[in-house]
Amino acid sequence: MHFLKLILRNTLRHKLRTGLTILGIIVAIVAFGLLRTVVDAWYSGAEGSSETRLITRNAISLVFHLPIKYQDKIKKIQGVAEVTHASWFGGIYITEKNFFPQFAIDSKTYFNVYSEYIIPPKDLTAFINDQKGCVIGRKIADIYNLKVGDTLPIRGTIYPGIWKFTIRAIYDGIETKTDTSQFFFHWNYLNESKKRVIARSANTTDWVGVYAINISEPNRASEISNEIDKLFKDSLAETHTETEKAFQLGFVSMTEAIVVAIRIVSYLVILIILAVMANTMAMTARERTSEYATLKALGFSHGFIAGLIYGESLVIASLGTLIGILLTFPVASMFNAKVGTLFPVFGVSLETIYMQIIAAILIGISAAFLPASRSAQASIVEGLRNIG
Amino acid sequence: MTIPFSYIIRNLITRKLTTLLTAGGMALVVFVFATVLMLEEGLKKTLVETGSPDNVVVTRRSAETEIQSIINRDQAAIVESQPEVAYGNNNIRLASKESVVLISLTRRESNKSSNVLIRGIEQTGALLRPQVKIINGRMFKPGLSEIIAGKSIAERYNGAGIGEKLYFGKREWTVVGIFDANKTGFDSEIWGDADQLMQAFRRPVYSSIILKLNDPKNFPDIKARIEEDPRLTLGAKKESIFYAEQSQVLSNFIRYLGVALSGFFSVGAIIGAMITMYASVANRIMEIGTLRALGFRRNNILSAFLTESLILGAIGGIIGLILASFMQFLTISTMNWQSFSELAFGFTLNSTIIIKSFLFALIMGLIGGFLPAVKAAHISIVESLRAV
Repeated sequence: MHFLKLILRNTLRHKLRTGLTILGIIVAIVAFGLLRTVVDAWYSGAEGSSETRLITRNAISLVFHLPIKYQDKIKKIQGVAEVTHASWFGGIYITEKNFFPQFAIDSKTYFNVYSEYIIPPKDLTAFINDQKGCVIGRKIADIYNLKVGDTLPIRGTIYPGIWKFTIRAIYDGIETKTDTSQFFFHWNYLNESKKRVIARSANTTDWVGVYAINISEPNRASEISNEIDKLFKDSLAETHTETEKAFQLGFVSMTEAIVVAIRIVSYLVILIILAVMANTMAMTARERTSEYATLKALGFSHGFIAGLIYGESLVIASLGTLIGILLTFPVASMFNAKVGTLFPVFGVSLETIYMQIIAAILIGISAAFLPASRSAQASIVEGLRNIG
Repeated sequence: MTIPFSYIIRNLITRKLTTLLTAGGMALVVFVFATVLMLEEGLKKTLVETGSPDNVVVTRRSAETEIQSIINRDQAAIVESQPEVAYGNNNIRLASKESVVLISLTRRESNKSSNVLIRGIEQTGALLRPQVKIINGRMFKPGLSEIIAGKSIAERYNGAGIGEKLYFGKREWTVVGIFDANKTGFDSEIWGDADQLMQAFRRPVYSSIILKLNDPKNFPDIKARIEEDPRLTLGAKKESIFYAEQSQVLSNFIRYLGVALSGFFSVGAIIGAMITMYASVANRIMEIGTLRALGFRRNNILSAFLTESLILGAIGGIIGLILASFMQFLTISTMNWQSFSELAFGFTLNSTIIIKSFLFALIMGLIGGFLPAVKAAHISIVESLRAV
């Protein structure tokens, strides 16, 4: 009891220094939490994706498309429950800054396959019946203040011109980690326009970007994938099929260098604050050299002295971390509001909080290590001679 | 009369651990700051130097990258025959009609796949980019399934080394040469014969046309004529600007992230400096009183303590810059969001970055030392001499 009291009293002796150190730790812990959350957001596409859904793309790369007639062929394979398709549109809403993905979809099947996108049935019917209609995610609707019935102009980069869509439905995610920052419209509309306007330039009509396939036998995912790819082997458009998770992770791995850099930097901030904290503890211990000698002369053990220093260091580190963790949430949501749809899903995970706590303990212990071992080993005589 | 510089230096030497920890914290912040600037500079250098100011890139007007662009053969013929196009030796027109697509290749170290840009060029294509030199093997022969790979692709991707084979578009392609594009974006590309690649990909359209102007001053004329021609839906840009624009999203991302991180982290380091300087003042109250009694003025004391913290900042800056300079040996390769393809770039250190980082370190020192120095300067002589 006295031991704890002594530690707390010690902590409060230099209020300014303790306060500054805690402030530094708060900043570091918030920065660390935010960086970890950014890394998590990077993986959110893969995190929210399903293991029982397959994605079939052109074997050469995503920029090459697949014939629409593949849909029926894939559907005949045993174990395939439903097949839908999506094609990247690559349009811009007013300016390049307002990024959200747009897909031309098979409107009849898409939301059966992607059952995590929840749409009121009557809105869905309205969408299906309107050739120029579109469905947007809740996040887009919130950010740009859009509602059902509004007109949304999108400037095409791959398919030129201004395309005007009427919002017929807004979808919600079944979970918080569901991506609600997407935009869907009728593939038929895109295809008909292509036939009229772009037909002569490239034979891209009646082609789709990727197929998304729901399978009824999840444990046969890789078998079914192989079967699909075998079916189109040696055809004009060979395919590459993988689970949606693998497909999404493929995207992440393309920008892996950035993720790695952010990770490294997130550890650097811990190192920086460790230096600050260690400095605080070194100064504290130096000033109290004669006190520690007195305690030793009174018969307290080396372990007691070391315990005092470790205890103080841990108290400061945990206090800073506690406030830091609490502040991570508002800061993260502010950051999320600022970057808009850059990250479809952005939230502080439980794992991040654990990492912050571990960081706090590491900071507390390592900062006390040098001063504690120094003070514990210093001889009484030398310590008493010390004048600070 | 100023306080001797050696007095300031000795103060820092007396408390080695504290000095080192404080400067170390700042060094890490400077390291992050400098590294981010170097990365942004490296990215810009890579993409800006890819384009030559004498060359013009013609793409579909709505397209932001060559991948999104489609140019018909008849349109290409019109562009090629513009009077501003330069003629080279043997009276060949310096224009290259190119087909640019992405193929998915796997990395040597991780076997993960990434999009690599493959460019079908005409024989003139190489003449238009004098910075590209074959360093191993030879140029591909037109009419054959031969390709040459950029240095950084050959090193990183399976099947892209000299003598190796890649399979795509139902054909096997032999890598007959490796080229060095002097650290420009072309190092991250694969080149082959345009006609062969278009046939293999069954994509009978070009992506872009690269022209060399007989006089760069004629650019506005050719631009206006191409963009006003109703038969063409094309736009023309100077090659240097075309590539510089492709670096924007990624370089903005790096810059914003970097500024936010350095800002955040510097708070930690400044707090570290403040703690150190406050302690430095508190420990030397008697000394300060003595100095004042000897006739040193308040502003002498102020400047002595400010100098001390500036030196701390300078040490941090130097260590940080030394650490950062080692980053020049590394190359980052990641997907450029705008072109959706792999791009390798390095860290570039230049004098502006050195000056900026060093100033940043000094500012951190100055801010951290300011309040403690003011406190030191305001200590009254009588009280301080009484202090024990």
